[in-house]
Amino acid sequence: MTETPPVGLGCPIGAAAGDSVELAHGGGGLMTRRLIEDLFRPAFAQSSDDLTHDGAILDIAGARLAFTTDSYVVRPLFFPGGDIGLLAVNGTVNDLAMCGAEPLYLSVGLVIEEGLAMDDLRRVVASMRQAAIAAGVRVVTGDTKVVERGKGDGLYVNTSGVGLLLTPKPIKPQRVRPGDAVILSGDIGRHGIAVMAIREALGFETAITSDCAALVTPVRELLLSGIDVHCLRDLTRGGLATALIEIAEAGNVIIRIEDSIIPVSRPVRGACEILGLDPLYVANEGRFVAFVPPDAAGWAVAILQRHDKDAAVIGYVAAPASRGEVQLKTIGGNRSLDMLTGEQLPRIC
Amino acid sequence: MCLAVPGELLSIEGDDPLARQGQVSFAGLVKSANLAYVPEAKVGDYVLVHAGFAITVIDAEEALRTLAYLAEFDLEELT
Amino acid sequence: MKYVDEFRDPEVARRTAEAIARIATRPWNLMEVCGGQTHSIVRHGIDQMLPEGISLLHGPGCPVCVTPAAMIDTAIAIAGQPGVIFCSFGDMLRVPGESGSLNAARARGADLRVVYSPLDALAIARSYPDRNVVFFAIGFETTAPTTAMAVLQAAREELGNFSILVSHFLVPPAIEALLGDPANGVQGFLAAGHVCTVMGYREYEPIARRFRVPIVVTGFEPLDLLQGIYLCVRQLEQARSEVENQYSRIVRRDGNRPAQDALTRVFVARPQRWRGLGEIPLSGLGLAPAYERFDALHRFPDIVVAPERIGDCISGEVLRGLKKPGECPAFGTRCTPEHPLGATMVSSEGACAAYYRYRRSAMVARRAS
Repeated sequence: MTETPPVGLGCPIGAAAGDSVELAHGGGGLMTRRLIEDLFRPAFAQSSDDLTHDGAILDIAGARLAFTTDSYVVRPLFFPGGDIGLLAVNGTVNDLAMCGAEPLYLSVGLVIEEGLAMDDLRRVVASMRQAAIAAGVRVVTGDTKVVERGKGDGLYVNTSGVGLLLTPKPIKPQRVRPGDAVILSGDIGRHGIAVMAIREALGFETAITSDCAALVTPVRELLLSGIDVHCLRDLTRGGLATALIEIAEAGNVIIRIEDSIIPVSRPVRGACEILGLDPLYVANEGRFVAFVPPDAAGWAVAILQRHDKDAAVIGYVAAPASRGEVQLKTIGGNRSLDMLTGEQLPRIC
Repeated sequence: MCLAVPGELLSIEGDDPLARQGQVSFAGLVKSANLAYVPEAKVGDYVLVHAGFAITVIDAEEALRTLAYLAEFDLEELT
Repeated sequence: MKYVDEFRDPEVARRTAEAIARIATRPWNLMEVCGGQTHSIVRHGIDQMLPEGISLLHGPGCPVCVTPAAMIDTAIAIAGQPGVIFCSFGDMLRVPGESGSLNAARARGADLRVVYSPLDALAIARSYPDRNVVFFAIGFETTAPTTAMAVLQAAREELGNFSILVSHFLVPPAIEALLGDPANGVQGFLAAGHVCTVMGYREYEPIARRFRVPIVVTGFEPLDLLQGIYLCVRQLEQARSEVENQYSRIVRRDGNRPAQDALTRVFVARPQRWRGLGEIPLSGLGLAPAYERFDALHRFPDIVVAPERIGDCISGEVLRGLKKPGECPAFGTRCTPEHPLGATMVSSEGACAAYYRYRRSAMVARRAS
């Protein structure tokens, strides 16, 4: 066992955790959050503003920048609708957009497993190039490492990015107010189902494609329209529910959404029904939620519908709360949504 | 126990009693299901699928009857 | 989605709930046996729609909840054997045995694959002829025929590298055990609609007569559950104790004969230990002698499993409907979905997990929605 430098006073992860890292720690749900709160935040954060969700807002010599990083470990590398390269560029570009920034420059770090087909690497790099051009960003620096066969799952990618803030007002959960409309930019669940279908060899005859896309243009239009956007969050692992719960808890509000008006495409719905998955928790890669004042909701939806006809108001912020939560309106009443514990897996029961 | 979902039987492949499969559509998501336990199923039927197997053919008339009964709840004479 | 959406109509649901309130003149304790029904009830807030006094107890119809810890440990031990590809439904991965869960075993290097169907495990066995592929065959009578077909196909192909770890349970003996318990407070049952799709409901008729309890074969959508509850309450109010079929679009009295035939061919009934309930005679399935060679326990005779320990978990009482999850001293404190003490907290249908997820914060009343 290798020696690691002391992090703090004893093991920061509580007794309930196992003695090794599990897949669920990377799932985006409760275990990920605990890892961040119990290990990373004590180690790195110097203020409560550090290590916030999407990106860091930095003031450097008068310029207001957003800075973010993300790593991509998707398996398989290629899936209907995209590949790891597309995800890596769009993921970081989108995180910058969610901070209210115009994405400008990216770095790319590759950890390649010995034996990866050179053609596969070329395909990924070509994807990244296309994605960067489409998003209006430049890849300006990078790094490459190769690890031994058997040690790398083909390819891991990290991208980091910087952008310039577009509006003076901060965009973050703490700005969310009772009455705000919650707007979803399009239908949910495509990416998670697309990747799971290939990875678990589910044998779907219908191709469900990932919704991986850059959100730069719709977000820019929203921000430059003059609407006072309070918060933006792109949906990734953990899905719509996780994104909204994080905002509700960070912003100390009760968010109410309605089951029947959340857009889910028919085949994604069919897939979720047979696998026993809740679409609210399925990963997405090209969707976001926006919190805007109620009188701007119609206008915001109109702007977003120019890019995706499924954009819609799915709920509203109901009230402030010392313990924020998301309530889903169902047949029997409202019920509180919980964070995912571990990964959502196909079930028979 | 028992997540089982209704889908429309679009096509049937083969007649091997153990491995007869059919393409079933669940709101447009098409997946193959084993039809060994529903020998009477025909294309166009709705079947109930659990763990990759059709376990029954749905009775369309009974479904309508159930819905009609439910629709009349506030009119029903309670004896 | 056809045959799904129509049975989720909120207006009809509301009217059915009102009808239940109109006919109920006194409190009644009903039990829904199936974990899938529990999931649906809690997800759609069905129990919140019922009048005060109609109590829904969540029964032992969740294979995740009733599979003994020792069986999980056996699964983990087999999964850890060199060369094994262990295939399981996703449901079982987080259930704690005595030595952790299958997920934790995967973290330690076991080759664990999630499958949607036993036929997927069979396909893996065909693709990896030099690996031992073991399928964790869990579930009730609904799922057992799917396992049976995998065994029949494997036998026909003489697939020597495929075996199954059998953990199939039968519902009627459990209902009888519950009703036979002097502490039982359950007055009416909603029988598991998909189990009855396979088995029919003839075997419930002697139970209804002997114990004088109404048993309504019920489906899974909100309208099915509400109608099932209505019919059960109506019987109780009329002092009847019959078997009624709410789920008539799917369930027939004789069930699915080809599926039953496959079961009798491949399996035999045997005593089975239920987590939290103890051993119930003839309540489990084992492979018939003609197919014993597919039993993973025969393939791995060196796997020895320690006997079950009694811990803090009161899931047995919860499964029997004697206690509600909120009454457990460990609920929400030492026992949460993140670190569950027992299977009822692990399974998304487990009564404790369902309770935890959907009840922990105050439910906003209908009037506020």
